[in-house]
Amino acid sequence: MPGITGKDQVLTTYANKLATLDPVKGRSLTQDATRRLVRNKAAVASIIVVVVIILAAFIGPYFLPWGFSEVDWSNIRKPPNPEAGHYLGTDQNGRDMLARVLQGTQMSLIVAFVATVVSVTIGVIYGAIAGYFGGRVDAIMMRIVDVMYALPYILFVIILMVMFGRNPVLLFVGIGAIEWLTMARIVRGQTLSIKEKEFVEAARASGASSWTIIFKHIVPNLTGPVVIYATLTIPEIIIAESFLSYLGLGVQEPQTSLGTLISAGAPVAEVLPWMLLGPAAVLVTLLLALTYIGDGLRDALDPKDR
Amino acid sequence: MLAYAFRRVLSAIPIALIAVTICFFILRLAPGGPFDGERALPPTVLANLRAHYNLDQPLIAQYFIYVGRLLQGDLGPSMVIDGFNVSDLIRIGFPFTLTMAMFAFVIATSIGIVAGAVAAVNQNKWPDYVLVLAVMLGVVVPNFLMAALLQLWFGVYLGWLPAGGWVTGSLWHLVLPVTVLAWPHAARISRLMRGSMIEVLGSNYVRTARSKGLSERIVLARHAIKPALLPVVSYLGPGLSYLLTGSLAVEQIFGLPGIGKYFVQAALNRDYGIVLGTTILYMFIILALNLIVDLIYAWLDPKVRYR
Repeated sequence: MPGITGKDQVLTTYANKLATLDPVKGRSLTQDATRRLVRNKAAVASIIVVVVIILAAFIGPYFLPWGFSEVDWSNIRKPPNPEAGHYLGTDQNGRDMLARVLQGTQMSLIVAFVATVVSVTIGVIYGAIAGYFGGRVDAIMMRIVDVMYALPYILFVIILMVMFGRNPVLLFVGIGAIEWLTMARIVRGQTLSIKEKEFVEAARASGASSWTIIFKHIVPNLTGPVVIYATLTIPEIIIAESFLSYLGLGVQEPQTSLGTLISAGAPVAEVLPWMLLGPAAVLVTLLLALTYIGDGLRDALDPKDR
Repeated sequence: MLAYAFRRVLSAIPIALIAVTICFFILRLAPGGPFDGERALPPTVLANLRAHYNLDQPLIAQYFIYVGRLLQGDLGPSMVIDGFNVSDLIRIGFPFTLTMAMFAFVIATSIGIVAGAVAAVNQNKWPDYVLVLAVMLGVVVPNFLMAALLQLWFGVYLGWLPAGGWVTGSLWHLVLPVTVLAWPHAARISRLMRGSMIEVLGSNYVRTARSKGLSERIVLARHAIKPALLPVVSYLGPGLSYLLTGSLAVEQIFGLPGIGKYFVQAALNRDYGIVLGTTILYMFIILALNLIVDLIYAWLDPKVRYR
């Protein structure tokens, strides 16, 4: 007899309830990763720090009383003095250190950005081609990477700089052109596994050319590892650039970068410590924050450590 | 094992040859030369100079002359300082560079392994956090900045250590340079060690060893340390080559008499002879180190040998 236990009624209400509820939402990989990243306090704090530094470097100079190459004849070699508008002191030429630090940060960030784009572009294309074609092509291309690895990195950078003279654009490109090796290895490894997937086989079956498969089907699937590794490359490039500038091979006066400022500050740090400590603090903060973001992204995107 | 070693040595030879070729042509095709000084040289002098260094011959002939000499162990002459060879430079500078790098290598590797193991055993307790901070600083702070800050603090404010320079035989003058050189290396080693040790401590055979009732100390000493060392061993080769190249910068900063000083100077003067010779020397060292590490690895891990 129907209805005697009230079972139908209960089930009907339940069914109605289910029907009116929103369907269960699946979480995409990106949403999943974002949630994990947001939960990582160090990474979130670092993102805020980096955004603040970027804004300060690009907008800050407009709010300062002094320009980065402007000489204040009444304040030469002076410690920080807010009343004169020199919040970080002045250098031996009477130029405002805060303005110079901001300009230097700007330069270091631009170098890092351009060089990273160059290295990611070369690395992804090279790695994807080697991984996709495999066989002899792969063997030869990866042997070349091995050879490049054997070249002492810093010597190579110095040689490049001497070769290309003091052109900042070539500085960006030169640094980027050296940093792509690890990227190429990572991309090749990923490509080797992606090219065995069904969707690549489907694309091949439907007659897509090798280049279409590489750039339309494989490269978009490399986003995760590429983003992680690119984030970790930025601090390396900033270090490389500041090292070159430190040796006097990088950015030239009156333009400046964090490395140039540190190299100018280090010899006089005994009597004018603010000339070293200002740029040093910005450089270390920036590098720490970028490294934490990279680590956070890796933890968020890498399914292995879940 | 012997066959594997033989194969590895054979495969290193073409790499070395290609790398020499790349270095040679990059340097020679670059604009500018060692003889474009402040004032132009008279044409006859220039021609004589060029003939002396074989620069008047076609590039490909120069290349074969260079490789021929290289095979006889001659790394070539300096093109700026008369009568000075790369081998002279190496004789003068290399013992110092090597001593300092080895010092840093031994100290950093032992500290790194111990610190990594201690942090792994005390995961997420205070020793672990202290280590993570030290590692971060070591990896992130570039060596020239670390050098400047340590010089300022220990050399100037505290006055404990000499801030730079070199007095023959004085270990005090080496403390700061070796610290700057060793810190990043120790940081990377301890990070590797910590990671692999945590993995090993969670593995089944360690659980078995513990459930047999072995004391924690014996579990660590007999079962955990050795397998955890594998990734560290594979990093030692690249690590030592980083130390050797990194010491170029550190020597320059602290004013120490190693190869670094000469190399940077030579690069600025476009002294191709010295730059090329030093680069090739370093490349050989790096290749040799990688080879040695591969062989040690094959000896530790039989799976590698039979691939």
